[in-house]
Amino acid sequence: MNPAATPLGKDLIGLERLTAEQIRGILDTADPFKEISERAIKKVPVLRGKTIVNLFFEASTRTRISFEFAEKRLSADTVNIASTGSSVQKGETLVDTARNLEAMRIDMVVIRHGSSGAAQFLAERIPSNVVNAGDGRHEHPTQALLDMLTLRDHLGRIEGLRVCIVGDVLHSRVARSNIWGLTKLGAEVAVCAPRTLLPIGVEELGVQVFDRIEEAIEWADALNVLRLQLERMQAGFIPSLREYNRVFGVTRERIERAPRDLLILHPGPMNRGVEIDSDVADGPQSVILNQVTNGVAVRMAVLYLLAGGAPDRAEAAKAEG
Amino acid sequence: MATNGTRPLLLRGGHVIDPSTGQDGTADVLLVGGQVEAVGTGFGTPDDAEVLDVSGLVVAPGLIDVHVHLREPGGEHKETIATGARAALAGGFTAVCAMPNTDPPIDDPAAVGFVRAEGRRAGFARVYPTGTVSLGMKGERLTLIGEMAEAGAVAITDDGRPVADAGLMRLALEYARTFGIPVAQHCEDHSLSAGGSMNEGIVSTRLGIRGIPNASEDVVIARDLLLAELTGGRLHIQHVSTRAGVAMIRDAKARGVSVTAEGTPHHFTLTDEACEQYRTEAKVNPPLRRPEDRAAVIEGVGDGTLDVIATDHAPHHYDEKEQAFEDAPFGLVGLETALGVAVTQLVEKKVLTLAQLIERMSCAPARAFSLPGGTLRRGSIADVTVFDPAREWTVDRTRFLSKSRNTPFEGMTLRGAPEMTIVDGSVRWRRNA
Ligand SMILES: [Zn+2]
Repeated sequence: MNPAATPLGKDLIGLERLTAEQIRGILDTADPFKEISERAIKKVPVLRGKTIVNLFFEASTRTRISFEFAEKRLSADTVNIASTGSSVQKGETLVDTARNLEAMRIDMVVIRHGSSGAAQFLAERIPSNVVNAGDGRHEHPTQALLDMLTLRDHLGRIEGLRVCIVGDVLHSRVARSNIWGLTKLGAEVAVCAPRTLLPIGVEELGVQVFDRIEEAIEWADALNVLRLQLERMQAGFIPSLREYNRVFGVTRERIERAPRDLLILHPGPMNRGVEIDSDVADGPQSVILNQVTNGVAVRMAVLYLLAGGAPDRAEAAKAEG
Repeated sequence: MATNGTRPLLLRGGHVIDPSTGQDGTADVLLVGGQVEAVGTGFGTPDDAEVLDVSGLVVAPGLIDVHVHLREPGGEHKETIATGARAALAGGFTAVCAMPNTDPPIDDPAAVGFVRAEGRRAGFARVYPTGTVSLGMKGERLTLIGEMAEAGAVAITDDGRPVADAGLMRLALEYARTFGIPVAQHCEDHSLSAGGSMNEGIVSTRLGIRGIPNASEDVVIARDLLLAELTGGRLHIQHVSTRAGVAMIRDAKARGVSVTAEGTPHHFTLTDEACEQYRTEAKVNPPLRRPEDRAAVIEGVGDGTLDVIATDHAPHHYDEKEQAFEDAPFGLVGLETALGVAVTQLVEKKVLTLAQLIERMSCAPARAFSLPGGTLRRGSIADVTVFDPAREWTVDRTRFLSKSRNTPFEGMTLRGAPEMTIVDGSVRWRRNA
């Protein structure tokens, strides 16, 4: 592949704006990077001398640690900044933070923020590469990429697969990124949730809607089960957790009735007994821990590509270690 | 630049359009002692009159904007009564109605008096105060509506925080009848819109922004039309943005309900796609809606269902808008772009004639809020707007006289621009060469 043919551009804000080829380029680059994590010395000098700031305005231990591992395995220098506060303070801090980062001449920023559009906002204001690690309910591109890599690992392809996203699609950035990414790579995508947890016009994004989890299971090759934020019950989106589990829960009983072997994904952390039962989460069809492993490789690939690397040199780059 | 109001002013050879009298043709306009003295040709001119040649330009009764936010007191970094009234002049408006949702709100006679006095002191466009419906805009108890009206309030409204309680709204409509002032309502049901930042639809879904459904506006329009019918009170519906809203107002008017309504330049020009790229300049409440809603607003302004064009001028400091979309405040500035946007969108596209445009921007607003002006009839106040309907210009927000620059129209090429704004018989603003 010609390296010039797969540039990600300056930033990775979301999968909506990437082409199928760019997405495939990231997955192809992630493949050889998986092996680095298997070594005794898990480090290659690909990003030596680069400074990366992990800017987390919203707590997310998993995503932050995954990025940090990816950065360290590529030998980058990393700084973590965590900040919380009211929404207005967040906004004010974001402009000021952008100016400060610009003044410090850093190379890359990984940003997680509670407001949709925050990553783009930052990307427009600083010359560094910006990676969106989740913005509001907008996108979480690296999560979707690791989901796709996991699907590809286990099912050998994305094209033609039937993937159903189950749960709180309305508030989920993971769902949006998955819808963009999977449909671009030729998968069929469906969502299954109570209507109160589906965004208006979701069908217009090219997805099918299942009202019943049983129908979704009958249709799908893989289920991507989303975490149900427990405060949604307080907010009235669902009447009770118990009812949610009874009507929409991914249970072993339901899975066993599937006409084919279903792959079960979950971005974590899980509410066992709510959106997913333990015997499913820990069962043979679950690839939840593979997702975590793939998360590091995908993030390494994204950082490598944004730093000017090319997919066809990824193999060579890792050998430099 | 300003002429002395005591000296007679003769506007010679303009295209005089006054829908209130049916005048539409070349004529002279003589203003004496703060009043319209004569419109026509062949009348005698006082020796000391200042004569201005306005041939090739439209001469109209002064434009009136019944919906502006001047932010004083409490938000002087965004706008003051003086800067807002000056921006109004530059937009061709001779008078504006200041919304009362300031900090503190205008909810007693003294506060009404303050806005009126500051407006007079500034000496730009006329500033008519409005008062709130409820004390502290809490939606619980009525304000001293009678005393506020006596102090100069021309309407009552809790704009920005709509009256949620139907019982209170009923009382407001009934009580305000006594004083002959309308109750202006920002129609929004917070239980349906709370947390939303833009129109609920496919664009909000893609951007991951919480949406505001049409229904949040429609249910309150429906309710208030019924309450206006019940009480016989005067209802003025602000910034209508939905197709169903326009239809319900049309029906209510047909059965004789006392209701007037606004269409804004942004709602008849833009759709929710203006929010793409998280452009906070397009974040406004009610939100920019879908193309079919925009079409309905155009149709409503066209057939007079939306009898008034108002801007909902809502200035914000630049760094308040420079935030993530959901964190930024609602509102855009409109005084200096309204005429150009309206001529471009409505007159150029043959939705309205120039006379109908003047009806929507001058005569109808004056009637809706019972204001002086909106006519060039002999003896009326000498407020006149002179504009060039053919002048082409590009919106450049750095040239705004408003203290704020939050416009979604930046860079847009428009036709139609004010040339001269005359208040009380004196030229208070004139285009620089
Ligand atoms: Zn309003």
